[in-house]
Amino acid sequence: MNKQDRNIEVHHLTRVEGHGNIYVNVKKGTVEKCEWQVSEAPRFFEAMVVGRHWNELHHITSRICGICSIGHTLASLKATEAAMDITISQQDLKLRKLALHAENMQSHILHVGFLVLPDLMGVGSVIPLAKSNPEEVKMVLRLHRTANEMSRRLCGRTTHPQRLIPGGFSKIPSKSELSELRKMLQDAVPDLQAAAKLVKSVAGKLPDFTRETEFIGLTSPDEYALYDGQLASTDTGTAPVNEYLSFTNEYIVPTSTAKWAKHARSSYMVGALARVNLNYDKLSPLAKEVAGMFGLKPVCHNPFMNSVAQLVEVVHSVEDSIRLINELEADGLKAQSDYFRPEVKPKAGHGVSAVEVPRGILFHDYTYNSKGVCTKANCVIPTNQNHGNIDLDMKTLVPTLLEKTEKEIELTLEMLVRAYDPCISCSTHAVKMRPV
Amino acid sequence: MKPKVAFFDFAGCEGDQLQVANLEEELLALLGQVEVVSFREVMKEQSDDYDIAFVEGSCTRLQDEERLKQIRSNAKIVVAIGSCATIGGINSLRNYKDLDQVRKTVYGEQAKLFDTYAARPIDAVVKVDAYVHGCPINQKEFLQVVKSLLMGKRPDIPTYPVCVECKKNENVCAFERGEFCVGPVTRAGCDSCCVNEGTVCWGCRGLVDNPNENSQKEILIKYGLTVDDAIGKFKMYFGWQEAKR
Repeated sequence: MNKQDRNIEVHHLTRVEGHGNIYVNVKKGTVEKCEWQVSEAPRFFEAMVVGRHWNELHHITSRICGICSIGHTLASLKATEAAMDITISQQDLKLRKLALHAENMQSHILHVGFLVLPDLMGVGSVIPLAKSNPEEVKMVLRLHRTANEMSRRLCGRTTHPQRLIPGGFSKIPSKSELSELRKMLQDAVPDLQAAAKLVKSVAGKLPDFTRETEFIGLTSPDEYALYDGQLASTDTGTAPVNEYLSFTNEYIVPTSTAKWAKHARSSYMVGALARVNLNYDKLSPLAKEVAGMFGLKPVCHNPFMNSVAQLVEVVHSVEDSIRLINELEADGLKAQSDYFRPEVKPKAGHGVSAVEVPRGILFHDYTYNSKGVCTKANCVIPTNQNHGNIDLDMKTLVPTLLEKTEKEIELTLEMLVRAYDPCISCSTHAVKMRPV
Repeated sequence: MKPKVAFFDFAGCEGDQLQVANLEEELLALLGQVEVVSFREVMKEQSDDYDIAFVEGSCTRLQDEERLKQIRSNAKIVVAIGSCATIGGINSLRNYKDLDQVRKTVYGEQAKLFDTYAARPIDAVVKVDAYVHGCPINQKEFLQVVKSLLMGKRPDIPTYPVCVECKKNENVCAFERGEFCVGPVTRAGCDSCCVNEGTVCWGCRGLVDNPNENSQKEILIKYGLTVDDAIGKFKMYFGWQEAKR
């Protein structure tokens, strides 16, 4: 046994969204401190939306996160719509599902291609890869651009969508735009297969680490649940979305400006791996094939496999988007007037929503008064739900790494945190604690 | 030698840095012109030796001022990117709340441990040399500002309101459609992108220099709107600017 001291201090971890720190202190072979800390400045969104109108909340809460702005907008709209009994058309539902696929693809490609791949290829960022592996980098860029082009056509732009509004869309894509989009998605399939081979060629660098945990996400009998579904846990089964607080149980940790969460065990995990674990059967055929290439099957307890699960989901999103566009075409895309505003009669009510966004299940919960002014809001963010799991993984992983050098331990821990694709700005959207 | 550039973020959503990452092929072209030495979101390497610092996000804590001042002293040019950094942005919505009260509800007895103050743009703390407005920033405008800076020129930022661009785009005026729009007092440069997509201008690029208040009042009277309607909408992005006025 190695009796040496090990000190690891990663202040403001790179290649993740937001500010987080890793601290490990080993004295004579004994781990004295091992912590995941969140130091991002808190942002108080739940206080900011109080007093604002029903048709503004999605615009404000979109700003919780630039990377998952479509997901936040959709969760916000769904909560407002639930509170006021607003229904949307089947066409709008399909267009929203496409928007969500676009963001999941964009975010996953960015994460796997630009943030994770450099670790597997032994470099500090994608910038040197652009010189050493130009074809691979161009392929990732092409996939990324397809996903962004999809967001643009559905939402008006890629970051902070403009067209998504309560009750539907202010503007929708034309038939020809949708069929061009389908062509782009079909053309992306060979790139996806090449990307899967590329990741597979370096997947041996993913640490073989397993710690049993609970996985939570949405599930549905009809499809691979992303836009809607029931709450599901690998430990306790399903529950209605309205009961989300009994799943999330958020609590405060002194070393963190973000809230943490726990359910049946001391921590749980959300995100692509949780979704694949819960809904593997509903993946598209090619997505299952890619999962098979990596031996990814439910229930997989290796958090490093989250990046592989993201790749599998990109493939699923491409195939499912083609299916949705075919359906929209078969149903006959119904045009709408310019500057369209669905009819909404604001009323008092309470609405809860859950949407699967790139990093996991996201909840928005609003209360409105009779004028349609928000009186209370709560948002539970995927990364908050993962902080506890990251910390426990670290505490389990570190004692197995003591034979390694500080540099190697540091890299493995950085890779662990990156595997969760944490969105730290999101997770500090607010920190709440009942007055002591 | 290529100029060295660095990216930093404070309280914000990092959507502006994402807009930069989303430049894709153009980003590769840009990387031919500059050397990126710090960009925490995408690279592990970091350095304090840089010429141009791009800063995203608002300053919301006294402890963040130190980091911002350090960036200012390291850089020759500081560029604020995105509404949170240029005008305080949506973060300043909270400035209308009683911050002590917010902090107490949030942190209870531990409130004093958590430092916070009114959200502010970075030029409230350090000198800023150039601005890329918007929530999020417009990629074309970002590239134009970078080009100007590389050529040693002052970036050309519009000093007229969004209405000018909106009229050129032949949009139906939001007020004519019975909606409230802050386009008449918001700085142009976005090509009226939100109205083009079927909504209204929310004001993310901030108040234009010398906004025409009389004309805004005339609009309110003409369309039967109240000052309260206007104040509500102005709070969305103009919080810090209005407080200073």
